[in-house]
Amino acid sequence: MKDAFGAPQSLLVLGGTSEIGLATARRLVARRTRTVWLAGRPSPALTAAAQSLRDLGAEVHTVPFDALDTASHEERLGKLFTEGDIDMVLLAFGVLGDQTHDEDEPLAAVRVAQTNYTGAVSAGLVCAKALQSQGHGSLVVLSSVAGERARRANFIYGSSKAGLDAFAQGLGDALHGTGVHVMVVRPGFVRTKMTRGLAEAPLATTPEAVALAVELGLRRRAETVWVPGALRVVMSALRHVPRPLFRRLPL
Amino acid sequence: MAAPTDFPDVVPMTGWGRTAPTLACVIRPRSYEEAAATVRSCGPRGSIARGLGRAYGDAAQNAGGVVLDMTGLDRIRSIDTTRGIVVCDAGVSLHRLMEVLLPLGWFVPVTPGTRYVTVGGAIGADIHGKNHHVSGSFSRHVTSLRLLTADGGVRSAARGTELFDATAGGMGLTGVILSATIELLPVETSLMSVDTERATDLDDLMTRLTATDHRYRYSVAWIDLLARGAATGRAVLTRGDHAAYDALPRRARRAPLAFRPGQLPAAPAYVPEGLLGRTTVGLFNELWYRKAPRRSTGRLQRLSAFFHPLDGVPHWNRVYGRSGFVQYQFVVGYGQEDALRQVVRRIARRGCPSFLAVLKRFGEGDPGWLSFPMPGWTLALDIPANLSGLGVFLDELDEVVASAGGRVYLAKDSRMRPELLAAMYPRLADFRALRAELDPRSVFRSDLSRRLGL
Repeated sequence: MKDAFGAPQSLLVLGGTSEIGLATARRLVARRTRTVWLAGRPSPALTAAAQSLRDLGAEVHTVPFDALDTASHEERLGKLFTEGDIDMVLLAFGVLGDQTHDEDEPLAAVRVAQTNYTGAVSAGLVCAKALQSQGHGSLVVLSSVAGERARRANFIYGSSKAGLDAFAQGLGDALHGTGVHVMVVRPGFVRTKMTRGLAEAPLATTPEAVALAVELGLRRRAETVWVPGALRVVMSALRHVPRPLFRRLPL
Repeated sequence: MAAPTDFPDVVPMTGWGRTAPTLACVIRPRSYEEAAATVRSCGPRGSIARGLGRAYGDAAQNAGGVVLDMTGLDRIRSIDTTRGIVVCDAGVSLHRLMEVLLPLGWFVPVTPGTRYVTVGGAIGADIHGKNHHVSGSFSRHVTSLRLLTADGGVRSAARGTELFDATAGGMGLTGVILSATIELLPVETSLMSVDTERATDLDDLMTRLTATDHRYRYSVAWIDLLARGAATGRAVLTRGDHAAYDALPRRARRAPLAFRPGQLPAAPAYVPEGLLGRTTVGLFNELWYRKAPRRSTGRLQRLSAFFHPLDGVPHWNRVYGRSGFVQYQFVVGYGQEDALRQVVRRIARRGCPSFLAVLKRFGEGDPGWLSFPMPGWTLALDIPANLSGLGVFLDELDEVVASAGGRVYLAKDSRMRPELLAAMYPRLADFRALRAELDPRSVFRSDLSRRLGL
């Protein structure tokens, strides 16, 4: 169960090797979380991630999970909930793709869209249903500021996150009053292996900062969390910039 | 998304502190048979009884399962006016008992800070009042109770039996209490004779309480936890007894046993967050301390004003805003005054905005296995849940309490670390064993039992 401050005792991370996912797990393990399920494609990285959390004192299990294999989600994820309550699901998987390459290679672009959007729709619905029948829990979805308004530089990734963001908001509304809480997290540029080598955007942040924002958001039962918080203001201004001008901004 | 079940009454619920809502199907049985049928068919997520929802934390919530709203079972079955014994359903509130019993010259043996608790809840949490140092907890005055168990059967449990002691303070996890037989306290009037005095700091307060507690049936101290430095722990002591008929002025003698609790308008449904910050609460505390007379004796006060001042404002829990509040109540034994001093100092230094901090002395411990009181000092305080770093801070206080051999009150808890439970409640293993035998499928469970692994 979650405590009065929204700190969960059990956690499922979809995208078990995600740096933001793991930073969040570390933070929550330092509070109340004792059981962690790391779902991801079996790999040495996943095993190492599990071990790093075990070293912090948590009981960690790994679960084979592939965002693209949507047919398996129901069975793989549904099973976890029968073994005990899961207080929080963190939907943390996603790929950035390579915009220039993907524009020439539609199949690669489709893979980005399928991972970030289709996979999340499937896994998100499976988990939401399970959370709903246990009558409590949080579904935390890692969206991105990129989904707020598509930019020339990464509109494939951005559009997939836009879809995910809209999906998660709608799901949150659908689950309102069911005891299940859906929280959309919109980080800006996060310094991780996914963004290594890319030019850093203003207001760049770290996985640890995102983890902190998630913990605070859980406490407030927030529906939307921006990381850093200043992005809320920046994006609400950018959203209204006319397109001819927006196109020319150095973003 | 489609509703998870066909039950019309699937609703989100919280405790009185309004934190951590979960969804449950609420069923309000109107007879023992209906209650038994509900328990028998409650499904895989089990059921738990709920009274008037005054437990601060998640003791009467059951996520995804069934919550039995017991307030429909509210008959007073018999009153023995000569010996002072009442037999009533578990859903009867202490408020109702007072309404009925006071005109007959009897009072409930133990009342907490609110009248709006049911008899079932009072036994399940084994509540205490300002008279614990004299009278012990509520269940010490219960001679027997009837319990609906996991198999759907009804058992009687008399005082002194294992089943009784597991149920008293057992947070509803041994079964659903259906009715109880309670021994009452005779009173001549419905007024209290109250003495008030001020203490300048914590040590002064503890000295005064220790020296004079035994002279009063009821004794409690309100502490200003925002006062720092030399004034740390300054307090107002309020002690009282039921006023004798002879002590009443002529006008009051016309209806000496009248019970007329006043009521103010309810708190609004929406209150902005952060209303009770350090400044507002600091001002309130300053006023409250100054307002109290340095010393006054024999002032007559209504029962409701003496025992239940907050009941005058319905839904007062809303003033903490959407994120709610936590109540922290712990006890440390006599001889562990240093732990108490340490906790009070840390709270004062941190500046927790708490305008309801109450210190009192407990008497002899109670037989309930998970009963909270033990001989020692108990401090209770309300803190807004959105205070930053509060979770970690309270965990640190828990450590101080546990290492001093003390414990935290389960009826008020919403955040404790499960690892500390066994140290705080030495009879936990017995409780778990009895529960495993009585209810092997864990039909009775609550968010509290899941969170702490009770």
